[in-house]
Amino acid sequence: MPDLAKDTAAPAPGTGEALLRLEGVTLRFGGVVAVNDVSFEIRRGEILGLIGPNGAGKTSCFNALTGVYQPTSGQVVFDGRPLGRRKRYQINRLGIARTFQNIRLFQNMTARENVLVGADSHHRAGVLNSLLRLPLHRRETAEGNRRADELLELMDLGHRGDDLARNLSYGEQRRLEIARALATRPKLLCLDEPAAGFNPVEKQRLMDLIRRVRDMGNTVLLIEHDMRLVMGVTDRIVVLEFGKKIAEGTPEQIRNDPAVIAAYLGVDDDQLTDEEENL
Amino acid sequence: MPGTSPPSPLEPNRVVPLSTFLNLTFTGLVVGAIYGLFALGYTLVYGVLRLINFAHSEVFMWGSFAAVWMMTLLNARAGSGGPAAVLYLLLALLAAMAVSGAVALLVERVAYRRLREKKSPPLVALISAIGASFMLSEIMGLRDRIAGWLNLDGVLGDYVRPARENTQFVNPLPNATLLDVGGFQVRSTQLIVLVAALAMMIALEQFVRRSRLGRGVRAVSQDAEAAALMGVDQKRVVQLTFLLGGLMAGAAALLYLMHIGVTRYNVGFILGIKAFTAAVLGGIGNIRGALLGGLVLGLAENYGSQLFGSAWKDVVSFLLLVVVLLFRPTGLLGESLGKARA
Amino acid sequence: MSTSTTSTTSPKPERRTLGERWADLPKPVKIVVWLAVALFFYALPLLNPPLLSTPESDFGSVMFTVASYALVALGLNIVLGYAGLLDLGYVGFYAIGAYTVGVFGSLHGSLPFWLLIVLAVCISTASGLLLGAPTLRVRGDYLAIVTLGFGEIIRLVALNSEWLNQSRGIQDIPRPPDITIGGEPVFEVPRLLWDGLTATVDLGNTSAFLEFGLLDGVPYYWLALSVIILVLLGDVLLQDSRVGRAWEATREDEEAAELNGVPTFRYKLLAFAMGAFIGGLSGALFAARQGAINPETFTVQLSMLFLAAVVVGGQGNRWGALVGAAVVAYLPERFREFADFRVVVFGLLLLLLANFRPQGLLPPRRARRAQRAGKRLAELEGTEEGARA
Repeated sequence: MPDLAKDTAAPAPGTGEALLRLEGVTLRFGGVVAVNDVSFEIRRGEILGLIGPNGAGKTSCFNALTGVYQPTSGQVVFDGRPLGRRKRYQINRLGIARTFQNIRLFQNMTARENVLVGADSHHRAGVLNSLLRLPLHRRETAEGNRRADELLELMDLGHRGDDLARNLSYGEQRRLEIARALATRPKLLCLDEPAAGFNPVEKQRLMDLIRRVRDMGNTVLLIEHDMRLVMGVTDRIVVLEFGKKIAEGTPEQIRNDPAVIAAYLGVDDDQLTDEEENL
Repeated sequence: MPGTSPPSPLEPNRVVPLSTFLNLTFTGLVVGAIYGLFALGYTLVYGVLRLINFAHSEVFMWGSFAAVWMMTLLNARAGSGGPAAVLYLLLALLAAMAVSGAVALLVERVAYRRLREKKSPPLVALISAIGASFMLSEIMGLRDRIAGWLNLDGVLGDYVRPARENTQFVNPLPNATLLDVGGFQVRSTQLIVLVAALAMMIALEQFVRRSRLGRGVRAVSQDAEAAALMGVDQKRVVQLTFLLGGLMAGAAALLYLMHIGVTRYNVGFILGIKAFTAAVLGGIGNIRGALLGGLVLGLAENYGSQLFGSAWKDVVSFLLLVVVLLFRPTGLLGESLGKARA
Repeated sequence: MSTSTTSTTSPKPERRTLGERWADLPKPVKIVVWLAVALFFYALPLLNPPLLSTPESDFGSVMFTVASYALVALGLNIVLGYAGLLDLGYVGFYAIGAYTVGVFGSLHGSLPFWLLIVLAVCISTASGLLLGAPTLRVRGDYLAIVTLGFGEIIRLVALNSEWLNQSRGIQDIPRPPDITIGGEPVFEVPRLLWDGLTATVDLGNTSAFLEFGLLDGVPYYWLALSVIILVLLGDVLLQDSRVGRAWEATREDEEAAELNGVPTFRYKLLAFAMGAFIGGLSGALFAARQGAINPETFTVQLSMLFLAAVVVGGQGNRWGALVGAAVVAYLPERFREFADFRVVVFGLLLLLLANFRPQGLLPPRRARRAQRAGKRLAELEGTEEGARA
């Protein structure tokens, strides 16, 4: 179980064995095929970027591997086990945590409480333990608080712990979502456009943060529109277009892949940002 | 099961003669059509606002009293017949629809509008409507006291008493037996109720489908924002939706009175749950679904009461609601006021 | 966006609220204050304070009614306030608790009182699980209708079932056993008699400790108050725990909670069952006090009054629920002419509150916290935003 204070060195980027594999995943809504027979893997300790133009099926893909949707066919194998028909909270407990494109914090809980909810996912104290304040409750409360402190500190939110989530600034809310997700002790952290709405300085800070999270031994899946950010931070990239995988490789390979250039990079950056705004 | 077990209460009813079965089916359809008409108010409002119009049950109840009072006002005599009877019934229908429509608009104005403009969460709107619902029903249940306060007891005596008991509806039409085949009977009132309910529903469906106003309703229910951008006046559409639901509930109230004969201040409560069940059963937001749901519920209820005893009729429909919500929450025909098709 | 709720009032010098001052008091002081408050409430029916006392009905009995509403409100507050589930059939659990005591204590058995209470609680909790397991997966507003139906079905079953004595109801329900020494009460507590603002001790009108008689409502009130204190204690401990956080997260955003490892369905079911537990307990106490019950007690109107208690007080705030229950149960007794109109009045109150003050009279901690933090943020924000831009 990866811990923040992990002492084992992270494996060299992109060389670890597969942590998660998509095997021919297809996702169909009525007549629309959102994801079409997509296969790729995420390796332990890497930062994988998932990119593609709008409507390419990135978020659907993402939802399939976090258990929000069941794939119509194909399967997702995580840590050697197929996700199958597991419930969403069970998938989280297996070790997949995520953030949301449109921030979904518990707005009326404090920042600390948000993180504690995440930390609780590995706790076991139920009604009896809580009512009688048995040792298990006390031990877990202490552990949760310690973890919340660490994570808030890591995300530069140390001073905001007692503020309600909805009173945090936009950037702070995004970081709090990451802290909450990390609190569930994921093996794989999935970030859905974490830099949306950020200015370049904030994006730079976020990139550093993502790297730091990875260097602590986490594996990261990153969906992002901003090409600079993706190229700068990821170890490998998977490109989707119209629900199909059209390329996979290192940022260098992707930059020079004709199919990708045709599909995506041909569009210049300004236009991309415009599209983003229109979301 | 040991052979010595006491006879099950189901035993005597196991073999049902065909005529009983047919009677159950026919009255089930009659009651079901009334449920369907009543259910339109739930379906329309849900289609447009995505909210349960909790006070719709009282819209129905007020309509039923309007019909009763109209008959009292006209001094109608039961079964007197003739053209006057038809006129009386039409006047009662008018009164019921007018009062129900007005109460529905009042509910929209008082319980929903402000919350809709504030975009409050659905549970807040529901609580608001629950408050309105209990007020409306209790005001009717306390009408004798209120009349007393206002010193109108002498004038309104016949209308306000007994406030908490059943109030009789005087039906001036004679209830003739039109058909009697080996015990299977079709009575004129039943036939009128069934036909009238179906006619009202067809009229409503055509209105929503073909008229300009109806198109506005469909547009808002499909995509409120797009409709607003296209210049549909949402406030008016919502009002119209409540009004249409209210008018239909008023009509349903009169038909209910013709079929059952009595009403009371809390009649809307159980009937409201049933009409809501009908709406969900057919697919809430779906106009034809409301009819289908009503008919299915009416039949299920009648067959159920034959099986378990009529005291358990309401339990049967409640269980049906739970089962539908569990296994087919979008109903038999799916939820689509937008398409207004089956 | 997320800070749209911040108010723009002019900056005021930071004033510590009562709550903050209270939080800073040392623990022993707090305990003493709590004990004093509890003692005051135990003594309340005997103090018989002039303005508060009910001239037309026995104040002790009224206080018992208030207490039983308060207990119900605490239970419903867990369901509605914490887990965000609108339960309109709460009266069903109340009825199940009452009928269990009636059926096994009088109609079809004569189990000892305390066993009856345990049985009542078990059966109502089980029925909560039974109702919740299939229905808690449906949409929130559908749940309201399903529970509404459930409450009514319970009444109809009682009304139609031969075994439950139909509309005749159940009589001779056992009272709690007296705690006496050789048949004599342990001691007798006198009441105050008020003449204007001067009080005299009325030795002729005493409450026996602890004798559960027919007339004197005070011992029942004591019993109910003790139960309330226990439930409150549990409530406080539970809310500040993994369970309480899971409820809050589920109510805030069910999907986000689920994806962060909260088994939301299980927690909703837990809240529902705990609500049923407390509702059943309250119903059992009610039956024991009344001695007789019939189906007409358990109407949907009662559910509405319970709902009003929680909404009026402030969903999610246990103290609010208690205050709300006191308002709903006490006012009609204090002003008898108002009793028949209480459903109208509280219906109106629900309507007005939903429209103008949905957080209730005493909003929960989180809502107040939000307002305060919002104000503070409004002051800070100018500088911070400026630096960011």
